[in-house]
Amino acid sequence: MFRFVLKRLLEAVPVLLVVATLAFFLARFAPGGPFDEERALPPAVKAQMDAHYGLDKPLAEQYFRFLKNLAQGELGPSYKYHGWDVDELIADRVPTSLALGAGALVFALAVGIPLGAVASVKPNSWLDRLPTGMATVGICLPTFVVGPLLVLIFSTWLGWFNASGWNSPSDFVLPAVTLGLAYAAPVARLMRGAMLEVRSQDYMKTAKAKGLSPARIYFVHGLRNALLPVVTYIGPTAAGLISGSFVVESMFNVPGLGQFFVKAAFNRDFTMIVGTVLFYAAVLVALNLLAEIVLVKLNPRLKYE
Amino acid sequence: MKKDLKTAKVCESGAAVSPLRRSLERFCENRSAVCAGTFVLLMLVVCGAADFLAPYPFEAQDLNLGAAGPSREHWLGTDTLGRDVLSRLLYGGQISLKVGLIATAVSCAIGVGFGMLAGWLGGVRDSVMMRFVDILYALPFTLFVILLTVLFGQEMWLIYVAIGAISWLTMARIVRNQTRELRTQAFVEAAICMGQSTRKIMARHLLPNLLGTVIVYATLTVPGVMLMEAFISFLGLGVKPPMTSWGLMIKEGADVMQDYPWLLLFPGAFFAGTLFALNLFGDGLRDAFDPKK
Repeated sequence: MFRFVLKRLLEAVPVLLVVATLAFFLARFAPGGPFDEERALPPAVKAQMDAHYGLDKPLAEQYFRFLKNLAQGELGPSYKYHGWDVDELIADRVPTSLALGAGALVFALAVGIPLGAVASVKPNSWLDRLPTGMATVGICLPTFVVGPLLVLIFSTWLGWFNASGWNSPSDFVLPAVTLGLAYAAPVARLMRGAMLEVRSQDYMKTAKAKGLSPARIYFVHGLRNALLPVVTYIGPTAAGLISGSFVVESMFNVPGLGQFFVKAAFNRDFTMIVGTVLFYAAVLVALNLLAEIVLVKLNPRLKYE
Repeated sequence: MKKDLKTAKVCESGAAVSPLRRSLERFCENRSAVCAGTFVLLMLVVCGAADFLAPYPFEAQDLNLGAAGPSREHWLGTDTLGRDVLSRLLYGGQISLKVGLIATAVSCAIGVGFGMLAGWLGGVRDSVMMRFVDILYALPFTLFVILLTVLFGQEMWLIYVAIGAISWLTMARIVRNQTRELRTQAFVEAAICMGQSTRKIMARHLLPNLLGTVIVYATLTVPGVMLMEAFISFLGLGVKPPMTSWGLMIKEGADVMQDYPWLLLFPGAFFAGTLFALNLFGDGLRDAFDPKK
């Protein structure tokens, strides 16, 4: 396993490099720059700023300097948040997004897995139709419909939670549920499909023939194998969750990472664009690796490639 | 059980039923999918004919009225500027559905082309091309939608293209795998042996066999694409007022939902209802055309 992880990590290096390069050039090709404000800066000041950050140099030179800094683990200073380095800004926000994303993920799994498992017990009965229908509705509701509705019900009418903010532990509930609901639906559908597939497998019959209790057959032999597609789905999904969601964060006023993804693009904050993209790609690679390891742990017939 | 009997009957009579016909029959048996398909079609027609059907022009304001709940004059109420919600929903639906169709067409064109090429070429070129897809998967799409939208300004059709241009990855993967499989089949090998040109093999042998999968996956892409348009509108980068889209109406409704809940509920219901129907329709198609069944 150690060799497998090492191999995967080495493979990730060129991927991340290409991702960083793509982000670097895409950001530069969009019109406008980080110092274009609504009230234009005096040309002399702007030239001074560009020179300070090296933006007046040819693009190739800027790129090589960027690569050199990256090799030393530096993402450079943000163009918009003066006096901050991009890595400091990201590190500052990660705990918030991590907490929110983890909460959403736990909620999605806690709702999605039982729902899908229940739906698979008796296909095409109302016990199946109801959860499956709920999951399909869940896929169709964008977070910016669910969020306001939850606020309307639980904060305006019932007064259980604050409508927005990130101060007390209870503030965590509504955003995490809003974010998690969007992922509970696909998890439920995947779970249902996988469970139906697993039920027709020979090892389920063997387990029954051995005289195991239905609960043991269902949970140990069935559930464990049906979780495989869910794990595959959760890998990349969790990367998105941890990197934050702009919609949920701005709706509930949560100081998370997601806002950087949007603001960096709006501000043409070049270093921030590359930083957020690299962060996302690195998390994605790491979580896909983790998912593969979990898959092998769940199903010993799989081998590390 | 019912299905088994039917297959048996076909075999007895000896009539050759084409796979397409069998799939279509299977699809028609799925009542909810047929209903969903009809609903989508109805939505397309109603929104497409907004010019004739909408009771008011989409930009007509009645400031004296302001935001009012449903009434006989305005079935679904009016928004804060006194504009008829029903009319705006019909016109907004035009935009949302247009995005869904155009962006999906773009993503199909890129995805099918790329996937077929990679699958056909095989070997090193295939792995390089698919590695490229893996890398693109690792890019956070939010940021790229914004960059592309900013790049293209608020030119609507370019935004459709931009959305399509970033949602072809899964399509490419599916088509590539399918092409790899088809390449090993006898009829393709026969075509190669007979010296048919690559282009003809692709057009006459591969494409028709891929079509089922592509159509099925495309119907499932439409809702995703429409969600993306809604997200762009949420950021304020989508359609320009006074024109509207469902996504924009939801966003505006969400801002004032404490006082005027119907401004969120009606657009939300239209949007979610159409997406729901599209998903059911797509699922039905997938089940009917699934070669494994």
